[in-house]
Amino acid sequence: MIAETGLAALWLAAGLAAYQFLLMVLALRSDIVVTRPMRAVAVVQGVLTLVAFAMLLLVFARSDMSVALVFENSNSAKPFIYKVAGAWGNHEGSMLMWVTILAIAGAFVALFSRRTGERTLVAALGSQAVLALGFYAFLLIASNPFARLWPPPPDGQGLNALLQDPGLAFHPPTLYLGYVGLSVAFSFAVGALLTGEVDARLARAMRPWVLGAWILLTLGITAGSYWAYYELGWGGYWFWDPVENASLMPWLAATALLHSINVLAARGALKAWTMMLAVIAFSMSMVGTFLVRSGILTSVHAFAIDPERGTFLLALLAIYVGAAFILFALRGATLKEGAPFELVSRESGLVVNNLLLTVILGIVFVGTLYPLFVEALSGEKLSVGAPYFNAVAGPLALVLATLVGIGPLLTWRSNRRPVLGRLKVPALLGAAALVITVILAPRIGVLPRLGFTVAAFLIAASVLPLVSRNPLRAPLATWGMVVAHFGIAVALTGMAANAAFSSERLAIARPGETLGVGPWQVELIGVTPTAGKNWTANEAELRASRGSGAVTLAPESRYYSDPPTETNESAIRTFWDGQLYTVVGKGDPSGAWQLRLWWKPFVTLIWAGGALVAFGGALALLGRLLPFLRRRRSEPDWRRRYA
Amino acid sequence: MSRGLRLIPIILFLFVLSGLAWRLVKPADTAIPSQMIQRPVPQFALPPALPGKPGLATTDLATGRPRLINIFASWCLPCASEGKVLQELNHRGVSIDGIAVRDTPDAIAAFLARNGDPYERIGADRQSELQIALGSSGVPETFLVDGRGVLRRQYIGPLTDANIPGVLQELEQAR
Repeated sequence: MIAETGLAALWLAAGLAAYQFLLMVLALRSDIVVTRPMRAVAVVQGVLTLVAFAMLLLVFARSDMSVALVFENSNSAKPFIYKVAGAWGNHEGSMLMWVTILAIAGAFVALFSRRTGERTLVAALGSQAVLALGFYAFLLIASNPFARLWPPPPDGQGLNALLQDPGLAFHPPTLYLGYVGLSVAFSFAVGALLTGEVDARLARAMRPWVLGAWILLTLGITAGSYWAYYELGWGGYWFWDPVENASLMPWLAATALLHSINVLAARGALKAWTMMLAVIAFSMSMVGTFLVRSGILTSVHAFAIDPERGTFLLALLAIYVGAAFILFALRGATLKEGAPFELVSRESGLVVNNLLLTVILGIVFVGTLYPLFVEALSGEKLSVGAPYFNAVAGPLALVLATLVGIGPLLTWRSNRRPVLGRLKVPALLGAAALVITVILAPRIGVLPRLGFTVAAFLIAASVLPLVSRNPLRAPLATWGMVVAHFGIAVALTGMAANAAFSSERLAIARPGETLGVGPWQVELIGVTPTAGKNWTANEAELRASRGSGAVTLAPESRYYSDPPTETNESAIRTFWDGQLYTVVGKGDPSGAWQLRLWWKPFVTLIWAGGALVAFGGALALLGRLLPFLRRRRSEPDWRRRYA
Repeated sequence: MSRGLRLIPIILFLFVLSGLAWRLVKPADTAIPSQMIQRPVPQFALPPALPGKPGLATTDLATGRPRLINIFASWCLPCASEGKVLQELNHRGVSIDGIAVRDTPDAIAAFLARNGDPYERIGADRQSELQIALGSSGVPETFLVDGRGVLRRQYIGPLTDANIPGVLQELEQAR
C-alpha cells in the first residue's frame, strides 16, 4: 500500500499542476484575480509530492523488494543510511526528488512571496507548475518509481559501490536544491516577461532564491569535488569531466545572475540581461540534468543509459527553454532600461564581471559539447580535457579574480572615490608574492605563479570594503560579500599550490620497502585482507614520516559483491601544510603491491575556500531575509490576509 | 536590442538541441579504434608466456600468410567465452598467435586447459607495453596481420560465432 499511496499522491499533484496552468492562463487573459486559489493549490501540490517522496523513502528503508526500484538498487545487507540514500541514488528516485523540490519551492513562493505584483506572482507560480507538470509526466509515463514486481524477489541487486559513501547522502540533494532554486528565478523571469513587470521589486523577490540556489550549488560543487578527490583515488580535485562541467555551468550563470540582479534591485538597470541570465541559469541546470540522466556523455557519472528517457528529458528541455527564449525574443525589446550609469561605476564593474563569467561559461559549454558536435559533423572522435580548459578559462578566471578585488570599491552610478590609492597594500602584497615565487620556485608554471600573485592581492583587497567604515556597522550583506570574495582568494591559493608543488609517486613495493614522495618517506608495512558488511578488501598498512614523528595510513582496495565492483578507498592524512594521499592498487602473486602516493601542499585550502564562499553567501542571504522576517513579526495579521 | 540579436539565443539553442538529439539517436560508441591500422606491426620481442611454447616477435609475423593476433588474459572473463570461436577458426586453418597481458605461466596454463589452446605462439606482455604499442585499449582484442606484417584490422571485444565468416573473408582479402 505504501508504494500505491505514493503513486496516487503523484497523480494528484500532477492534476493540481495542470489546474495551476489553467488558472495562470485565465489570469493572464482576463482581469479575474486568482491569487488566493493559486497560492493554495501550489501549497497542496507541494505537500502531495512530499508525501510521494516520503513513501519512496519508506519502501527503501523497509527494503521492500516487491518494488522494482528497490530490488534494482538496494540490498538488505546494506547499512541503513545507504538504504535510505539509495532512494535517490538511481534514475527514478532522483527525478522524484527533483520534482518534489520543485513543487515545494513553488509552495514556498506561494506562502511567502509578497514583493512582486499579484499578476506576476500568479504567472510565476503557473510557470513553476508547468515545469513540474513535465516532470510528473516523465515520472508517470516513462519512469514510475513505484512499479511493483511479481513475485517479489528475495533480495535486491545493490547500489553502485562508488555511491556507498556518506557524500552520496548529501551531494545530489544539495545540487538538486540548487538547480531547483534556479527554477524559481526562471519562473519569476517568465512571469515578469509575461506581465511586463520587470522591475526592482521583481529583483528583490528573486534575489533570495538566486542567492540560496547559488549557496547550495557552491556547496554541492565543493563537496562533489572532494568526493571525487578521495573516492575515485585519482588524486585530483577537478577533472573537467562533462558532468562536473554540467554542475559548473549553472553555477557560473547563477554567479553572474547574483551580481546582475543587484544592479536591477538597486538601480533598475540591466533588465533584459538579468532576465536572460535567469533563463540561462535554469536552462543550464536542465542541460546538466539531461547530460547526467540521459547518459549521453562518457563520464564517471553516467550511471543510467536509456534513450527513451533521454528523449523525454530532451523534449522537456526543448519545450521549456525554447518557450522561454521565444518569450524573451518577443518581450525583451519592450523592456525599458533603467537608470543610466557612467563608465567607471559599480554598475559597469558588475557588467564586466558578468561579461567575464559569461565568456567562461561559453568556454566550458563549448569544451563540453565540442566532441559531440565534431563527431556529428565529421565523424571524427576527440576529447577535450584539462589542457584546453585550463589554458583558455584559467587566464580569464585570474582576470576576474583580480577585478573581484576592485569592483566592490566602486560606487553606484559614477565613481567618486579614489580607488587606486586604496589598493596600494593589496598591490604590494601581490607584487611580493610574484617576487617570492620567482626567487624561491623559479620552475613553476605561469598560471600557478599568477595564481599566487592574484590570490595575495585579493586576500587583502577583498576585506577593503570593511576597512573604511566601522565593520560592526556594515550590513550583513557586505560581510557576506567580503567573506565570499576572501574565500575565492583562499581557494585560488590552494589551487595554485596544488598545481605548483604537488609530488606524485607511482611504484610497485614489497612489504618493508620505503618510497619517497615530496618530503615524506613512506614504508609499506604489509597488506592484510579485511571484510565489511558487503565487501572484502586488501588493506595496506603504511608508515609515513618526515623527519620526526611517524603516522600510519591504511588505504584499501575494496571488492563489492552486489554488483561486483572494485573501488579504491584512499587513505588521506591532513596536516597544517597539506595532505598526504595514498592509494593501494592491485597486488601481484609475488607479494608486490602497486602504491600511488601524493604529497599535496595546501590542497585543503581549495575546499576551505569553497566553503567560505558558500558561508559568505549564507551571511548575505541572512542579511536579506532578517529585515523581512522582522517586518513579518511586527505584522501579526498577515496570516489573516492569507487565509 | 534588435530583432536579429534577440534571435541569436534561439538559433544557438536549436543548434545545441539538434546536437544532443543526434547523440541520443546515435549513442556514443565507446570503442577506441587503434591508430596503428594499415601500419606495420611495431618492433617487439616478447618472451614465452608458457614453458614449451615459443614467445612472439615481430619477425614471426611477416610470414607471407595473413594471421591473427589475439590479445587475452587468464583473468579476463570475456576471453574465456572467446575460446570456442578461436578454436573453430583454428580448425579452418587460421594461424593464431596470442599475447597474454599481465599474466603468469600457471594461470595461463590453467586457462588454456579450460578453454582450449588455439595459439601457435604466446608472448608474455607483463606490463601491457606491447598492448599499448598496438593501440589496444582492453582485452580481448584481435588484430589481423597480413603477410607483410601490416596490421589490417582490429576486432574489439570477444569474437563470436557471427564474426567467423567475416574474419575468414578478411583473411582471404589480406592474402
